[in-house]
Amino acid sequence: MEKRAHFSGWTLPLLLIIPQMAITVIFFYLPASQAIRQSFLREDAFGLASEFVGFENYSAVFEQPEYYRAMITTVIFSTLVAFFSLAVALLFATQADKSLRAGHAFKTLLIWPYAVAPAIAGVLWMFMFHPTLGTLGRPLNLMGLDWNPMLDGTDAMILLVLSATWKHVSYNFLFFLAGLQAIPKSVIEAGAIDGAGPVRRFWTIVFPLLSPTTFFLLVVTIVYVFFETFGIIDAVTGGGPAGSTTTLVYKVFADGRSGGDLGLSAAQSVVLMVIVIALTAIQFRYVERKVQY
Amino acid sequence: MVENRPFRDFMAYLTLVLGVVLVAFPVYLAIMASTFDTATIINGNMPLFPGDQALENYSRALFYGGKTAREPVMGMMVNSMIVALGIAFGKILISILSAYAVVYFRFPFRRTAFWVIFITLMLPVEVRIYPTYKIVADLGLLDTYSGLVLPLIASATGTLLFRQFFMTIPEELLEASKIDGAGAFRFFKDTLLPLSMTTIAALFVIQFIYGWNQYLWPLLITTKSSMQTIVIGIKKMITTTDALTEWNIAMTTAVLAMVPPVLVVIFMQRLFVKGLVETEK
Repeated sequence: MEKRAHFSGWTLPLLLIIPQMAITVIFFYLPASQAIRQSFLREDAFGLASEFVGFENYSAVFEQPEYYRAMITTVIFSTLVAFFSLAVALLFATQADKSLRAGHAFKTLLIWPYAVAPAIAGVLWMFMFHPTLGTLGRPLNLMGLDWNPMLDGTDAMILLVLSATWKHVSYNFLFFLAGLQAIPKSVIEAGAIDGAGPVRRFWTIVFPLLSPTTFFLLVVTIVYVFFETFGIIDAVTGGGPAGSTTTLVYKVFADGRSGGDLGLSAAQSVVLMVIVIALTAIQFRYVERKVQY
Repeated sequence: MVENRPFRDFMAYLTLVLGVVLVAFPVYLAIMASTFDTATIINGNMPLFPGDQALENYSRALFYGGKTAREPVMGMMVNSMIVALGIAFGKILISILSAYAVVYFRFPFRRTAFWVIFITLMLPVEVRIYPTYKIVADLGLLDTYSGLVLPLIASATGTLLFRQFFMTIPEELLEASKIDGAGAFRFFKDTLLPLSMTTIAALFVIQFIYGWNQYLWPLLITTKSSMQTIVIGIKKMITTTDALTEWNIAMTTAVLAMVPPVLVVIFMQRLFVKGLVETEK
Protein backbone atom coordinates (compact mmCIF):
# COMPACT_ATOMS: atom_id res chain seq x y z
CA MET A 1 0.00 0.00 0.00
CA GLU A 2 3.00 2.29 -0.37
CA LYS A 3 3.40 4.92 -3.04
CA ARG A 4 7.03 5.73 -3.77
CA ALA A 5 6.16 9.33 -4.58
CA HIS A 6 4.31 11.06 -1.79
CA PHE A 7 3.77 14.37 -0.07
CA SER A 8 5.67 15.21 3.08
CA GLY A 9 4.35 16.69 6.31
CA TRP A 10 1.79 15.10 8.54
CA THR A 11 -0.64 17.76 9.69
CA LEU A 12 -2.54 17.75 6.40
CA PRO A 13 -3.03 13.96 6.20
CA LEU A 14 -4.20 13.92 9.81
CA LEU A 15 -6.74 16.61 9.00
CA LEU A 16 -7.88 14.62 5.97
CA ILE A 17 -8.38 11.43 7.95
CA ILE A 18 -10.02 13.01 11.00
CA PRO A 19 -13.64 13.11 9.68
CA GLN A 20 -13.70 9.39 8.95
CA MET A 21 -11.85 8.56 12.16
CA ALA A 22 -14.24 10.61 14.27
CA ILE A 23 -17.34 9.03 12.75
CA THR A 24 -15.85 5.56 12.96
CA VAL A 25 -14.89 5.95 16.61
CA ILE A 26 -18.16 7.59 17.72
CA PHE A 27 -20.61 5.43 15.82
CA PHE A 28 -18.69 2.19 15.53
CA TYR A 29 -16.04 1.56 18.17
CA LEU A 30 -17.90 3.24 20.99
CA PRO A 31 -21.16 1.29 20.50
CA ALA A 32 -19.33 -1.96 19.79
CA SER A 33 -17.28 -1.65 22.97
CA GLN A 34 -20.40 -0.60 24.91
CA ALA A 35 -22.09 -3.79 23.76
CA ILE A 36 -19.15 -5.86 24.92
CA ARG A 37 -18.98 -4.06 28.27
CA GLN A 38 -22.70 -4.34 28.83
CA SER A 39 -22.67 -8.05 28.12
CA PHE A 40 -20.63 -8.54 31.32
CA LEU A 41 -22.87 -6.35 33.49
CA ARG A 42 -26.24 -6.73 35.11
CA GLU A 43 -28.37 -3.65 35.61
CA ASP A 44 -30.98 -3.35 38.33
CA ALA A 45 -34.60 -2.85 37.35
CA PHE A 46 -34.29 0.93 37.19
CA GLY A 47 -31.03 1.00 35.23
CA LEU A 48 -29.40 2.96 38.07
CA ALA A 49 -26.74 0.57 39.25
CA SER A 50 -24.94 -2.23 37.52
CA GLU A 51 -22.59 -4.93 38.69
CA PHE A 52 -20.02 -7.09 37.00
CA VAL A 53 -21.37 -10.60 36.52
CA GLY A 54 -18.73 -12.24 34.32
CA PHE A 55 -20.13 -14.64 31.78
CA GLU A 56 -23.52 -14.95 33.49
CA ASN A 57 -25.35 -13.14 30.69
CA TYR A 58 -23.82 -15.47 28.15
CA SER A 59 -24.78 -18.59 30.04
CA ALA A 60 -28.26 -17.13 30.51
CA VAL A 61 -28.52 -16.62 26.75
CA PHE A 62 -27.47 -20.19 26.05
CA GLU A 63 -29.95 -21.51 28.59
CA GLN A 64 -32.93 -19.95 26.81
CA PRO A 65 -34.85 -22.48 24.73
CA GLU A 66 -35.96 -19.53 22.54
CA TYR A 67 -32.33 -18.82 21.68
CA TYR A 68 -31.85 -22.28 20.23
CA ARG A 69 -35.13 -21.96 18.44
CA ALA A 70 -33.99 -18.67 16.87
CA MET A 71 -30.70 -20.34 15.95
CA ILE A 72 -32.48 -23.21 14.22
CA THR A 73 -34.80 -20.76 12.45
CA THR A 74 -31.79 -18.76 11.25
CA VAL A 75 -30.04 -21.88 9.96
CA ILE A 76 -33.16 -23.12 8.12
CA PHE A 77 -33.85 -19.68 6.69
CA SER A 78 -30.28 -19.09 5.46
CA THR A 79 -29.89 -22.59 4.04
CA LEU A 80 -33.09 -22.36 2.02
CA VAL A 81 -32.48 -18.82 0.75
CA ALA A 82 -28.84 -19.59 -0.07
CA PHE A 83 -29.74 -22.76 -1.96
CA PHE A 84 -32.61 -21.32 -3.97
CA SER A 85 -31.09 -17.94 -4.73
CA LEU A 86 -27.82 -19.51 -5.87
CA ALA A 87 -29.48 -22.25 -7.91
CA VAL A 88 -31.95 -19.96 -9.67
CA ALA A 89 -29.31 -17.31 -10.31
CA LEU A 90 -26.93 -19.90 -11.78
CA LEU A 91 -29.67 -21.21 -14.06
CA PHE A 92 -30.47 -17.72 -15.34
CA ALA A 93 -26.81 -16.79 -15.68
CA THR A 94 -25.93 -19.88 -17.75
CA GLN A 95 -28.83 -19.13 -20.09
CA ALA A 96 -27.97 -15.43 -20.38
CA ASP A 97 -24.33 -16.35 -21.09
CA LYS A 98 -25.32 -18.09 -24.33
CA SER A 99 -24.63 -14.95 -26.37
CA LEU A 100 -28.27 -14.45 -27.22
CA ARG A 101 -29.26 -11.43 -29.24
CA ALA A 102 -31.35 -10.02 -26.38
CA GLY A 103 -28.74 -10.89 -23.76
CA HIS A 104 -28.23 -7.38 -22.51
CA ALA A 105 -31.94 -6.63 -22.22
CA PHE A 106 -32.42 -9.80 -20.14
CA LYS A 107 -29.62 -8.73 -17.86
CA THR A 108 -31.34 -5.38 -17.21
CA LEU A 109 -34.70 -7.09 -16.69
CA LEU A 110 -33.25 -9.51 -14.14
CA ILE A 111 -31.08 -7.28 -11.97
CA TRP A 112 -33.42 -4.48 -10.91
CA PRO A 113 -34.92 -6.24 -7.83
CA TYR A 114 -31.58 -5.49 -6.18
CA ALA A 115 -32.85 -1.90 -5.87
CA VAL A 116 -36.04 -2.89 -4.03
CA ALA A 117 -35.84 -2.45 -0.25
CA PRO A 118 -36.10 -5.75 1.66
CA ALA A 119 -39.10 -4.49 3.60
CA ILE A 120 -40.90 -3.59 0.37
CA ALA A 121 -40.02 -6.93 -1.20
CA GLY A 122 -41.68 -8.52 1.81
CA VAL A 123 -44.79 -6.37 1.48
CA LEU A 124 -45.11 -7.22 -2.22
CA TRP A 125 -44.98 -10.94 -1.56
CA MET A 126 -47.31 -10.68 1.41
CA PHE A 127 -49.84 -8.92 -0.79
CA MET A 128 -49.50 -11.56 -3.49
CA PHE A 129 -49.86 -14.45 -1.03
CA HIS A 130 -52.40 -12.84 1.28
CA PRO A 131 -54.74 -15.68 2.37
CA THR A 132 -58.00 -13.87 1.60
CA LEU A 133 -57.22 -11.26 -1.04
CA GLY A 134 -53.88 -12.27 -2.61
CA THR A 135 -53.81 -13.06 -6.31
CA LEU A 136 -51.93 -16.29 -5.56
CA GLY A 137 -52.79 -16.79 -1.88
CA ARG A 138 -56.56 -16.83 -2.27
CA PRO A 139 -56.58 -19.58 -4.96
CA LEU A 140 -54.44 -21.72 -2.62
CA ASN A 141 -57.19 -21.54 -0.02
CA LEU A 142 -59.96 -22.06 -2.57
CA MET A 143 -58.16 -25.21 -3.64
CA GLY A 144 -58.44 -26.40 -0.07
CA LEU A 145 -54.82 -25.95 0.96
CA ASP A 146 -54.96 -24.36 4.35
CA TRP A 147 -52.64 -21.45 3.51
CA ASN A 148 -52.23 -18.71 6.08
CA PRO A 149 -48.83 -17.14 6.76
CA MET A 150 -50.34 -15.04 9.55
CA LEU A 151 -51.31 -18.08 11.60
CA ASP A 152 -49.09 -20.91 10.44
CA GLY A 153 -45.35 -20.86 11.14
CA THR A 154 -44.38 -23.00 8.17
CA ASP A 155 -46.41 -20.88 5.76
CA ALA A 156 -44.80 -17.76 7.21
CA MET A 157 -41.33 -19.21 6.69
CA ILE A 158 -42.17 -20.19 3.09
CA LEU A 159 -43.29 -16.64 2.41
CA LEU A 160 -40.09 -15.20 3.91
CA VAL A 161 -37.90 -17.58 1.92
CA LEU A 162 -39.71 -16.66 -1.30
CA SER A 163 -39.40 -12.91 -0.80
CA ALA A 164 -35.79 -13.05 0.44
CA THR A 165 -34.82 -15.26 -2.51
CA TRP A 166 -36.65 -13.05 -5.00
CA LYS A 167 -34.69 -10.05 -3.82
CA HIS A 168 -31.28 -11.73 -3.80
CA VAL A 169 -31.34 -13.65 -7.10
CA SER A 170 -30.41 -10.48 -8.99
CA TYR A 171 -27.20 -10.05 -7.02
CA ASN A 172 -26.08 -13.65 -7.42
CA PHE A 173 -27.07 -13.58 -11.09
CA LEU A 174 -24.82 -10.61 -11.77
CA PHE A 175 -21.78 -12.23 -10.17
CA PHE A 176 -22.41 -15.63 -11.77
CA LEU A 177 -22.73 -13.99 -15.17
CA ALA A 178 -19.45 -12.13 -14.68
CA GLY A 179 -17.86 -15.40 -13.54
CA LEU A 180 -19.15 -17.29 -16.58
CA GLN A 181 -17.96 -14.61 -18.97
CA ALA A 182 -14.49 -14.82 -17.46
CA ILE A 183 -14.14 -18.51 -18.35
CA PRO A 184 -12.06 -18.78 -21.55
CA LYS A 185 -14.09 -20.13 -24.43
CA SER A 186 -11.08 -22.24 -25.52
CA VAL A 187 -11.41 -24.46 -22.44
CA ILE A 188 -15.02 -25.21 -23.27
CA GLU A 189 -14.23 -25.79 -26.94
CA ALA A 190 -11.48 -28.20 -25.94
CA GLY A 191 -14.05 -30.11 -23.91
CA ALA A 192 -16.38 -30.18 -26.88
CA ILE A 193 -13.66 -31.52 -29.19
CA ASP A 194 -13.04 -34.32 -26.70
CA GLY A 195 -16.69 -35.21 -27.12
CA ALA A 196 -18.23 -33.82 -23.94
CA GLY A 197 -21.85 -32.69 -24.35
CA PRO A 198 -23.25 -29.47 -22.88
CA VAL A 199 -24.32 -31.06 -19.59
CA ARG A 200 -21.05 -32.87 -19.08
CA ARG A 201 -19.12 -29.70 -19.98
CA PHE A 202 -21.10 -27.73 -17.45
CA TRP A 203 -20.50 -30.08 -14.53
CA THR A 204 -16.88 -30.98 -15.27
CA ILE A 205 -15.51 -27.69 -16.66
CA VAL A 206 -17.75 -24.68 -16.01
CA PHE A 207 -19.02 -25.47 -12.52
CA PRO A 208 -15.58 -26.24 -11.02
CA LEU A 209 -14.14 -23.08 -12.60
CA LEU A 210 -17.01 -21.12 -11.07
CA SER A 211 -16.49 -22.54 -7.59
CA PRO A 212 -14.65 -19.48 -6.21
CA THR A 213 -17.58 -17.29 -7.31
CA THR A 214 -20.04 -19.76 -5.83
CA PHE A 215 -18.23 -19.84 -2.52
CA PHE A 216 -17.95 -16.07 -2.38
CA LEU A 217 -21.67 -15.73 -3.14
CA LEU A 218 -22.52 -18.33 -0.52
CA VAL A 219 -20.82 -16.26 2.18
CA VAL A 220 -22.36 -13.01 0.96
CA THR A 221 -25.81 -14.60 0.81
CA ILE A 222 -25.51 -15.94 4.35
CA VAL A 223 -24.51 -12.49 5.61
CA TYR A 224 -27.47 -11.06 3.66
CA VAL A 225 -29.92 -13.50 5.22
CA PHE A 226 -28.52 -12.86 8.69
CA PHE A 227 -28.81 -9.09 8.58
CA GLU A 228 -30.52 -7.51 5.61
CA THR A 229 -33.60 -9.72 5.76
CA PHE A 230 -34.48 -7.97 8.99
CA GLY A 231 -36.71 -5.62 7.00
CA ILE A 232 -38.54 -8.51 5.35
CA ILE A 233 -39.17 -10.28 8.65
CA ASP A 234 -40.33 -7.16 10.46
CA ALA A 235 -42.67 -6.09 7.65
CA VAL A 236 -44.13 -9.53 6.90
CA THR A 237 -44.30 -11.55 10.11
CA GLY A 238 -42.85 -9.47 12.94
CA GLY A 239 -41.06 -12.62 14.06
CA GLY A 240 -44.32 -14.51 14.47
CA PRO A 241 -46.62 -16.33 14.42
CA ALA A 242 -45.65 -17.37 17.94
CA GLY A 243 -41.95 -16.67 17.39
CA SER A 244 -41.64 -19.15 14.55
CA THR A 245 -39.80 -16.72 12.26
CA THR A 246 -37.65 -15.01 14.88
CA THR A 247 -34.03 -15.13 13.70
CA LEU A 248 -31.00 -14.31 15.85
CA VAL A 249 -30.87 -10.70 14.66
CA TYR A 250 -34.59 -10.26 15.06
CA LYS A 251 -34.36 -11.60 18.59
CA VAL A 252 -31.73 -9.02 19.57
CA PHE A 253 -34.06 -6.32 18.27
CA ALA A 254 -37.22 -7.74 19.85
CA ASP A 255 -35.61 -8.45 23.25
CA GLY A 256 -34.14 -4.96 23.48
CA ARG A 257 -37.32 -3.24 22.30
CA SER A 258 -39.57 -4.82 24.86
CA GLY A 259 -37.40 -3.09 27.49
CA GLY A 260 -35.90 -6.41 28.39
CA ASP A 261 -32.58 -7.15 30.00
CA LEU A 262 -29.89 -5.00 28.36
CA GLY A 263 -27.14 -7.37 29.43
CA LEU A 264 -28.88 -10.30 27.76
CA SER A 265 -29.44 -8.32 24.58
CA ALA A 266 -25.81 -7.17 24.57
CA ALA A 267 -24.54 -10.71 25.06
CA GLN A 268 -26.60 -11.79 22.05
CA SER A 269 -25.13 -8.92 20.02
CA VAL A 270 -21.62 -10.01 20.92
CA VAL A 271 -22.34 -13.60 19.88
CA LEU A 272 -23.61 -12.23 16.55
CA MET A 273 -20.49 -10.11 16.12
CA VAL A 274 -18.34 -13.19 16.59
CA ILE A 275 -20.37 -15.02 13.94
CA VAL A 276 -20.03 -12.17 11.42
CA ILE A 277 -16.33 -11.76 12.05
CA ALA A 278 -15.87 -15.50 11.52
CA LEU A 279 -17.83 -15.36 8.25
CA THR A 280 -15.87 -12.35 7.01
CA ALA A 281 -12.58 -13.94 8.01
CA ILE A 282 -13.49 -17.08 6.08
CA GLN A 283 -14.36 -14.95 3.10
CA PHE A 284 -11.05 -13.08 3.16
CA ARG A 285 -8.98 -16.13 3.90
CA TYR A 286 -10.35 -18.33 1.16
CA VAL A 287 -11.90 -16.06 -1.41
CA GLU A 288 -10.10 -12.79 -1.79
CA ARG A 289 -7.45 -13.66 -4.31
CA LYS A 290 -9.14 -16.55 -6.01
CA VAL A 291 -12.25 -14.90 -7.38
CA GLN A 292 -11.87 -13.70 -10.94
CA TYR A 293 -14.14 -10.93 -12.14
CA MET B 1 -21.37 -21.60 -27.34
CA VAL B 2 -19.84 -24.37 -29.29
CA GLU B 3 -22.83 -26.09 -30.81
CA ASN B 4 -25.30 -24.16 -32.85
CA ARG B 5 -28.59 -25.65 -31.84
CA PRO B 6 -31.72 -23.58 -32.38
CA PHE B 7 -33.55 -25.69 -29.78
CA ARG B 8 -31.05 -24.84 -27.06
CA ASP B 9 -31.31 -21.16 -27.86
CA PHE B 10 -35.07 -21.47 -27.72
CA MET B 11 -34.90 -23.12 -24.29
CA ALA B 12 -32.57 -20.35 -23.10
CA TYR B 13 -35.03 -17.69 -24.25
CA LEU B 14 -37.91 -19.57 -22.64
CA THR B 15 -36.07 -19.85 -19.28
CA LEU B 16 -35.11 -16.18 -19.32
CA VAL B 17 -38.57 -14.98 -20.30
CA LEU B 18 -40.05 -17.10 -17.50
CA GLY B 19 -37.46 -15.65 -15.16
CA VAL B 20 -38.28 -12.09 -16.14
CA VAL B 21 -42.00 -12.74 -15.66
CA LEU B 22 -41.41 -14.38 -12.28
CA VAL B 23 -39.24 -11.48 -11.17
CA ALA B 24 -41.65 -8.82 -12.41
CA PHE B 25 -44.95 -10.38 -11.32
CA PRO B 26 -45.05 -9.18 -7.67
CA VAL B 27 -44.27 -5.65 -8.82
CA TYR B 28 -46.84 -5.89 -11.60
CA LEU B 29 -49.46 -6.80 -9.01
CA ALA B 30 -48.47 -3.83 -6.87
CA ILE B 31 -48.82 -1.50 -9.86
CA MET B 32 -52.24 -2.99 -10.63
CA ALA B 33 -53.33 -2.63 -7.00
CA SER B 34 -52.42 1.04 -7.17
CA THR B 35 -55.13 1.54 -9.81
CA PHE B 36 -58.13 0.15 -7.88
CA ASP B 37 -60.14 1.25 -4.87
CA THR B 38 -59.87 -0.52 -1.52
CA ALA B 39 -63.11 -2.47 -1.87
CA THR B 40 -62.11 -4.11 -5.18
CA ILE B 41 -58.90 -5.41 -3.60
CA ILE B 42 -60.48 -6.53 -0.31
CA ASN B 43 -63.01 -8.64 -2.25
CA GLY B 44 -60.09 -10.77 -3.39
CA ASN B 45 -60.91 -10.59 -7.08
CA MET B 46 -58.54 -7.90 -8.21
CA PRO B 47 -58.43 -7.89 -12.02
CA LEU B 48 -55.05 -8.29 -13.70
CA PHE B 49 -55.63 -5.25 -15.89
CA PRO B 50 -55.41 -1.67 -14.66
CA GLY B 51 -58.45 0.01 -13.14
CA ASP B 52 -59.35 3.69 -13.22
CA GLN B 53 -58.38 4.82 -9.71
CA ALA B 54 -54.69 5.50 -10.40
CA LEU B 55 -54.90 9.29 -10.36
CA GLU B 56 -57.03 9.24 -7.22
CA ASN B 57 -54.66 6.81 -5.40
CA TYR B 58 -51.43 8.54 -6.32
CA SER B 59 -52.64 12.02 -5.49
CA ARG B 60 -54.12 10.82 -2.21
CA ALA B 61 -50.99 8.93 -1.21
CA LEU B 62 -48.64 11.74 -2.16
CA PHE B 63 -50.53 14.63 -0.58
CA TYR B 64 -52.69 13.08 2.13
CA GLY B 65 -51.42 9.64 3.11
CA GLY B 66 -53.19 6.62 4.57
CA LYS B 67 -56.35 6.86 6.63
CA THR B 68 -54.70 5.79 9.88
CA ALA B 69 -51.23 7.31 9.60
CA ARG B 70 -52.28 10.35 7.59
CA GLU B 71 -48.74 11.32 6.71
CA PRO B 72 -48.30 12.52 3.10
CA VAL B 73 -45.98 10.21 1.19
CA MET B 74 -44.45 13.24 -0.52
CA GLY B 75 -42.86 14.25 2.79
CA MET B 76 -41.57 10.71 3.35
CA MET B 77 -40.01 10.70 -0.10
CA VAL B 78 -38.26 13.98 0.64
CA ASN B 79 -36.91 12.45 3.88
CA SER B 80 -35.74 9.32 2.05
CA MET B 81 -34.10 11.46 -0.60
CA ILE B 82 -32.26 13.56 1.99
CA VAL B 83 -31.09 10.46 3.85
CA ALA B 84 -30.02 8.64 0.68
CA LEU B 85 -28.14 11.64 -0.72
CA GLY B 86 -26.66 12.41 2.68
CA ILE B 87 -25.32 8.88 3.04
CA ALA B 88 -24.04 8.76 -0.54
CA PHE B 89 -22.29 12.14 -0.49
CA GLY B 90 -21.15 11.80 3.12
CA LYS B 91 -19.53 8.47 2.52
CA ILE B 92 -17.85 9.61 -0.69
CA LEU B 93 -16.50 12.76 0.96
CA ILE B 94 -15.03 11.22 4.09
CA SER B 95 -13.68 8.16 2.32
CA ILE B 96 -12.01 9.91 -0.60
CA LEU B 97 -10.23 12.23 1.86
CA SER B 98 -9.06 9.44 4.13
CA ALA B 99 -7.98 7.29 1.18
CA TYR B 100 -5.99 10.24 -0.17
CA ALA B 101 -4.27 10.61 3.20
CA VAL B 102 -3.48 6.91 3.50
CA VAL B 103 -2.12 6.49 -0.02
CA TYR B 104 -0.31 9.76 -0.73
CA PHE B 105 1.10 10.73 2.65
CA ARG B 106 3.31 9.18 5.26
CA PHE B 107 2.38 10.04 8.77
CA PRO B 108 2.65 8.41 12.18
CA PHE B 109 0.12 5.61 12.81
CA ARG B 110 -0.86 5.51 9.14
CA ARG B 111 -1.06 1.73 9.15
CA THR B 112 -3.00 1.74 12.42
CA ALA B 113 -5.44 4.28 11.01
CA PHE B 114 -5.98 2.11 7.98
CA TRP B 115 -6.73 -0.96 10.09
CA VAL B 116 -9.02 0.97 12.43
CA ILE B 117 -11.11 1.87 9.38
CA PHE B 118 -10.73 -1.50 7.70
CA ILE B 119 -12.17 -3.48 10.63
CA THR B 120 -15.49 -1.64 10.38
CA LEU B 121 -16.05 -3.61 7.20
CA MET B 122 -16.99 -6.55 9.36
CA LEU B 123 -19.82 -5.35 11.54
CA PRO B 124 -23.14 -4.25 10.07
CA VAL B 125 -25.19 -1.75 12.05
CA GLU B 126 -27.67 -4.49 13.00
CA VAL B 127 -25.42 -6.06 15.62
CA ARG B 128 -24.76 -2.86 17.52
CA ILE B 129 -28.13 -1.15 17.25
CA TYR B 130 -28.96 -0.45 20.89
CA PRO B 131 -25.57 0.95 21.97
CA THR B 132 -25.52 3.09 18.79
CA TYR B 133 -29.05 4.21 19.56
CA LYS B 134 -27.96 5.27 23.02
CA ILE B 135 -25.03 7.31 21.70
CA VAL B 136 -27.20 9.00 19.09
CA ALA B 137 -29.77 9.76 21.78
CA ASP B 138 -27.10 11.18 24.10
CA LEU B 139 -25.90 13.44 21.29
CA GLY B 140 -29.49 14.69 20.90
CA LEU B 141 -29.67 13.39 17.33
CA LEU B 142 -32.92 11.40 17.52
CA ASP B 143 -35.41 12.54 14.89
CA THR B 144 -32.75 14.46 12.97
CA TYR B 145 -31.25 13.94 9.54
CA SER B 146 -27.74 13.84 11.03
CA GLY B 147 -28.85 11.02 13.31
CA LEU B 148 -30.24 9.13 10.35
CA VAL B 149 -27.15 9.62 8.20
CA LEU B 150 -23.98 9.72 10.33
CA PRO B 151 -24.02 6.23 11.91
CA LEU B 152 -24.58 4.69 8.48
CA ILE B 153 -21.54 6.29 6.87
CA ALA B 154 -19.21 4.75 9.45
CA SER B 155 -17.96 2.00 7.20
CA ALA B 156 -14.85 1.10 5.28
CA THR B 157 -16.20 0.19 1.85
CA GLY B 158 -15.63 3.61 0.30
CA THR B 159 -12.15 4.06 1.71
CA LEU B 160 -11.08 0.65 0.43
CA LEU B 161 -12.55 1.33 -2.99
CA PHE B 162 -10.75 4.66 -3.39
CA ARG B 163 -7.52 3.28 -1.98
CA GLN B 164 -7.62 0.47 -4.49
CA PHE B 165 -8.25 2.91 -7.31
CA PHE B 166 -5.50 5.35 -6.22
CA MET B 167 -3.02 2.48 -6.17
CA THR B 168 -3.60 1.95 -9.91
CA ILE B 169 -2.72 5.57 -10.73
CA PRO B 170 0.85 5.75 -12.10
CA GLU B 171 3.42 7.30 -9.77
CA GLU B 172 4.65 9.49 -12.62
CA LEU B 173 1.51 11.58 -12.41
CA LEU B 174 2.35 12.78 -8.93
CA GLU B 175 6.01 13.27 -9.81
CA ALA B 176 5.05 15.33 -12.85
CA SER B 177 2.61 17.42 -10.83
CA LYS B 178 5.24 18.05 -8.20
CA ILE B 179 7.75 19.17 -10.83
CA ASP B 180 5.08 21.52 -12.15
CA GLY B 181 4.85 22.94 -8.65
CA ALA B 182 1.48 21.52 -7.60
CA GLY B 183 0.86 21.09 -3.89
CA ALA B 184 -1.27 18.47 -2.19
CA PHE B 185 -4.47 20.43 -2.69
CA ARG B 186 -3.78 21.22 -6.33
CA PHE B 187 -2.88 17.60 -7.15
CA PHE B 188 -6.07 16.37 -5.52
CA LYS B 189 -8.32 18.87 -7.27
CA ASP B 190 -6.77 18.90 -10.75
CA THR B 191 -5.48 15.36 -11.15
CA LEU B 192 -6.93 12.90 -8.68
CA LEU B 193 -10.54 14.10 -8.58
CA PRO B 194 -11.08 14.15 -12.36
CA LEU B 195 -9.55 10.68 -12.63
CA SER B 196 -11.79 9.36 -9.85
CA MET B 197 -15.08 10.47 -11.36
CA THR B 198 -16.20 7.02 -12.54
CA THR B 199 -15.34 5.47 -9.19
CA ILE B 200 -17.20 8.26 -7.39
CA ALA B 201 -20.25 7.77 -9.59
CA ALA B 202 -20.23 4.00 -9.08
CA LEU B 203 -19.98 4.39 -5.32
CA PHE B 204 -22.72 6.99 -5.42
CA VAL B 205 -25.14 4.62 -7.16
CA ILE B 206 -24.55 1.82 -4.64
CA GLN B 207 -24.75 4.10 -1.61
CA PHE B 208 -27.85 5.87 -2.85
CA ILE B 209 -29.69 2.55 -3.08
CA TYR B 210 -28.31 1.47 0.29
CA GLY B 211 -29.44 4.72 1.90
CA TRP B 212 -32.86 4.82 0.30
CA ASN B 213 -33.59 1.25 1.39
CA GLN B 214 -32.54 1.58 5.04
CA TYR B 215 -35.06 0.09 7.42
CA LEU B 216 -33.94 -0.88 10.92
CA TRP B 217 -32.05 2.30 11.74
CA PRO B 218 -34.77 4.81 10.71
CA LEU B 219 -37.33 2.59 12.43
CA LEU B 220 -35.42 2.92 15.71
CA ILE B 221 -34.51 6.58 15.79
CA THR B 222 -37.52 8.29 14.23
CA THR B 223 -40.44 8.84 16.55
CA LYS B 224 -41.99 11.87 14.82
CA SER B 225 -44.02 10.82 11.81
CA SER B 226 -42.75 13.87 9.94
CA MET B 227 -39.25 12.35 9.99
CA GLN B 228 -40.32 8.97 8.60
CA THR B 229 -38.72 7.56 5.49
CA ILE B 230 -40.96 5.99 2.87
CA VAL B 231 -39.87 2.39 3.56
CA ILE B 232 -40.95 2.80 7.19
CA GLY B 233 -44.14 4.56 6.11
CA ILE B 234 -45.38 1.55 4.13
CA LYS B 235 -44.94 -0.75 7.07
CA LYS B 236 -47.05 1.52 9.23
CA MET B 237 -49.81 1.44 6.61
CA ILE B 238 -50.26 -2.31 6.71
CA THR B 239 -49.79 -3.24 10.35
CA THR B 240 -53.19 -1.92 11.37
CA THR B 241 -55.95 -4.48 11.71
CA ASP B 242 -56.33 -6.37 8.51
CA ALA B 243 -59.79 -5.09 7.60
CA LEU B 244 -58.66 -1.49 7.84
CA THR B 245 -55.59 -1.85 5.66
CA GLU B 246 -55.96 0.34 2.61
CA TRP B 247 -54.10 -1.96 0.27
CA ASN B 248 -54.48 0.38 -2.67
CA ILE B 249 -52.73 3.22 -0.82
CA ALA B 250 -50.09 0.88 0.65
CA MET B 251 -49.31 -0.54 -2.80
CA THR B 252 -49.29 2.94 -4.35
CA THR B 253 -46.73 3.92 -1.73
CA ALA B 254 -44.72 0.75 -2.42
CA VAL B 255 -44.60 1.63 -6.12
CA LEU B 256 -43.50 5.18 -5.29
CA ALA B 257 -40.81 3.79 -2.97
CA MET B 258 -39.42 1.53 -5.70
CA VAL B 259 -39.28 4.12 -8.46
CA PRO B 260 -36.14 6.13 -7.56
CA PRO B 261 -33.72 3.25 -6.79
CA VAL B 262 -35.00 1.07 -9.64
CA LEU B 263 -34.59 3.93 -12.12
CA VAL B 264 -31.06 4.44 -10.84
CA VAL B 265 -30.22 0.77 -11.46
CA ILE B 266 -31.77 0.70 -14.92
CA PHE B 267 -30.35 3.95 -16.25
CA MET B 268 -26.97 3.77 -14.57
CA GLN B 269 -26.55 0.06 -15.03
CA ARG B 270 -22.90 0.19 -16.04
CA LEU B 271 -21.95 2.26 -13.00
CA PHE B 272 -24.17 0.12 -10.78
CA VAL B 273 -22.48 -3.11 -11.87
CA LYS B 274 -19.04 -1.53 -11.48
CA GLY B 275 -19.88 -0.27 -8.01
CA LEU B 276 -21.36 -3.57 -6.90
CA VAL B 277 -18.48 -5.68 -8.13
CA GLU B 278 -15.78 -3.36 -6.80
CA THR B 279 -17.18 -2.67 -3.36
CA GLU B 280 -17.33 -6.41 -2.73
CA LYS B 281 -13.70 -7.04 -3.60
